Amino acid sequence: MNEIAPELSVDSVTGIDVSLPVAGPGARSFAFLVDWHIRLVLALAWYTVAAFIYNRGLSIAAPLTNDAAWFGAVVTPALAIYFLYHYAVELAMRGSTPGKRTAGIRVVARDGSAPGPGALLVRNVFRLIDTLPVLYCVGLVAVIATREHLRVGDMAAGTLLVYERDAAHLPAAGEAPRLDAQASELVAELLERWPSLAPDARRQLGQQLLARYGGGAAAADEPALHGALAALLHGTSGGPT
Amino acid sequence: MKPSSRQQALAASLMRRAGLWRQADARARRLARGRSDDAAEAAALADDYRLLAHDLARVRTLMPDSRTREFLEAAYARTHATLHHGAWRAGSALLTLLRVQLPRAVRDLAPYIAWSTLIFVLAVLAGYALVQRYPELIALFASPDLIATVERGQLWTDGLLNIVPSSVLSVQILANNIVVSLFAYCAGFLFGLGTLYILGLNGMMLGAVFAFVGQHGLREQLFSFIVAHGCVELSVMCLSGAAGAAVGEALVRPGAGGRIASFREAALHSGPLLLACALLLVGAGLIEGFVSPDPSVPLWSRVTIGVGYWLLMAGLLSGRLFGAGRAAA
Repeated sequence: MNEIAPELSVDSVTGIDVSLPVAGPGARSFAFLVDWHIRLVLALAWYTVAAFIYNRGLSIAAPLTNDAAWFGAVVTPALAIYFLYHYAVELAMRGSTPGKRTAGIRVVARDGSAPGPGALLVRNVFRLIDTLPVLYCVGLVAVIATREHLRVGDMAAGTLLVYERDAAHLPAAGEAPRLDAQASELVAELLERWPSLAPDARRQLGQQLLARYGGGAAAADEPALHGALAALLHGTSGGPT
Repeated sequence: MKPSSRQQALAASLMRRAGLWRQADARARRLARGRSDDAAEAAALADDYRLLAHDLARVRTLMPDSRTREFLEAAYARTHATLHHGAWRAGSALLTLLRVQLPRAVRDLAPYIAWSTLIFVLAVLAGYALVQRYPELIALFASPDLIATVERGQLWTDGLLNIVPSSVLSVQILANNIVVSLFAYCAGFLFGLGTLYILGLNGMMLGAVFAFVGQHGLREQLFSFIVAHGCVELSVMCLSGAAGAAVGEALVRPGAGGRIASFREAALHSGPLLLACALLLVGAGLIEGFVSPDPSVPLWSRVTIGVGYWLLMAGLLSGRLFGAGRAAA
């Protein structure tokens, strides 16, 4: 893909900007659908279990009269779960929700921090506009049309959805090479000049470097020596990805 | 393009620091969640920040498409946020919002609050005058059931508790009021016209109904019904209208930063006020469900509750309820 994905760039005193890749409509929609299913299931589960307890049996039928216990213990909490889910969960999970976590995204303020309760409230209140006229049409059009993929709620609250980079893919500590920068450079240069060197010279230099930097026993033949030097330079993983 | 031997060597030596990066990332996560108050840890985070910045700058050049870069970008961003914004605690963030941000928002929005209150009062007077002069126009503002009940010499609230329990009534009312209040705010998005419409319509409805019940000798009864919850409920309508008007004006007359930046600033600034409005409407809904329709509650109690709750609202909006005055001293 040639198009550069938009990024949120935050200035830093170190001179190295913090860079956060902005999530697009796909990731946002996926997160919303997961969250929608979660809140629907939770609300229905509450309603069903509370109705069973209220009716003292396997019935979810509502009473014929306006009963306070039914309304207070069955209907209201279920509606509260459904309608307050996003605000309460984002507040508790610092701008994330189970759906966003599944999609690998989270909400951040424009300075890269977790948004405060006021910003999260504004973001969620503006769903009233984003859902107009039906099925999040306004929000979806805004997300597609804006460079940073913002719905109206995000524009109002100064928030963005960014990809949560995962720490899982860093090579394991044991795979890191043991050489410092100078030694690495020496070994790398030797490998680069390997074809142009005389066989005796490369064998001698290679064995010297292996002996000095602890690359193991001297290799018997040239290919093995080359392989040992490459392993010494890059570690057992075969080099940086 | 094949990387030079120097680049390869530098990249390889950088990878030796992977353990330090992991430690830095773990420390930033711990501190961000408020799971450590150790000063040494916090000081170490500053060192981590410099280390990550240094290594990230090199990795961006040497290994631009690597997973190592992905990790370092994430760890650096996390460390930056933790170092500059501290640990996230929902409770203390909410307390700061109510103690510091809310009074500031109310002060800044004071002109809008004054204007929206004036518009609301004018709408009440207009609705009152309209129905007083042309009684048949009540059909524009009230349902046929309500009109028929008042024409029988009763208020629609009489005997309400015989039909609907207080708790049910409270939840229905507070949910409805919160939605109306939030919508009055969001409607500011339509260049303020939506907010103006909601403020005007609600004001005219109130004035028209008062005029109509007055024509049937029920004005004191209606006053008695609304005084306990109405003081705060009507004030909240003006407050959310003020927040919506600020959003609308930011769109109509944006500042130097542009329309979206002005809209963001106005909306974000009024967020704490919105939360206060929602909280106040929960209380108003409970009063409207439990106190207002109960005929056994005398008028002086209703007035006391209404004025008392309004003073509580003033305390909340000034931040004093959550110790803003004490914190400043």
